[in-house]
Amino acid sequence: MTSEVLIFLGEALVAALILAGSFFMIVGSFGLLRLPTLMQRLHAPTKATTLGVGGILIASMLFFLFTNGWVSVHELLITLFLFLTAPVTAYMLAKAHLHRAKAEPELPPTGRPVGWATFDPVASDPDPDSGLRPAGEDQRPLDTI
Amino acid sequence: MLARLLPHPLLTLLLAVVWVLLANGPSAGSLVMGLVLGVVLPLLTRPFWPERPAVRAPARVIEYGLIVLWDICVANVQVAYLILFKKPEELRSRFVVVPLETRVPEAIVTLAGTITMTPGTVSCDVSADGRALLVHALDAPDPEELVAQIKSRYERRLVEIFG
Repeated sequence: MTSEVLIFLGEALVAALILAGSFFMIVGSFGLLRLPTLMQRLHAPTKATTLGVGGILIASMLFFLFTNGWVSVHELLITLFLFLTAPVTAYMLAKAHLHRAKAEPELPPTGRPVGWATFDPVASDPDPDSGLRPAGEDQRPLDTI
Repeated sequence: MLARLLPHPLLTLLLAVVWVLLANGPSAGSLVMGLVLGVVLPLLTRPFWPERPAVRAPARVIEYGLIVLWDICVANVQVAYLILFKKPEELRSRFVVVPLETRVPEAIVTLAGTITMTPGTVSCDVSADGRALLVHALDAPDPEELVAQIKSRYERRLVEIFG
């Protein structure tokens, strides 16, 4: 195979990945426009930041691999930071929405003696086996902290 | 002595590796800087990490990551189909409750993050005692099946990893 064919194949692969990523991004944005409720619209950004950004980042890695001959790892770090931050953003939006909606919106019961953390901030019955401690009740001796 | 200086050896290693990767190419300077950050940051943030999270089965972490990546790809296509071809009124959006077996905070956070990153489900809240997750599903015709899938596919593996 001549090098022109290889270059063409590489460019085609990079272009296909960019197009696939853009497709999922635009579907995510379209969902933002189309879905009627806030909780449903919250699903759209998780789409855009996963396959949409993922496809474009893989395309970027392959492009620099083909043109420079070494793998750029910044794309992997972008993925890592997105995976760390996107769930926190979604969680904060959902929590703000729950606070704003009503006193206690029509949420299903927890199935536990306590309520959801947003509306029942201090566990009245903290589970002794739980790894989670109520705030301000750190039982460890001070010098070990 | 070493345990006091390096309360979280894995975190130290992770910070150093991430710093070297940020510099986009290993060099002596970036390695030293990464190690300095890897020692200083865990010491400064020590009150936030009272216990050392135990990773029981490191090989399972890779397996878990690959399964999540695959599920993200599949779920992306499913949600794209829902957005493009289904009328919004036909979506059976609802909250579901995932009761938790694990007590380990790291496992619960990872599970909540995984649920959010998989398109179609967003984790919204945790019960005040940390034993149930509130998850919103974009389209869940069968809520019990969704909960069973989350528990068998993700939580079971996280229990194996974090204990």
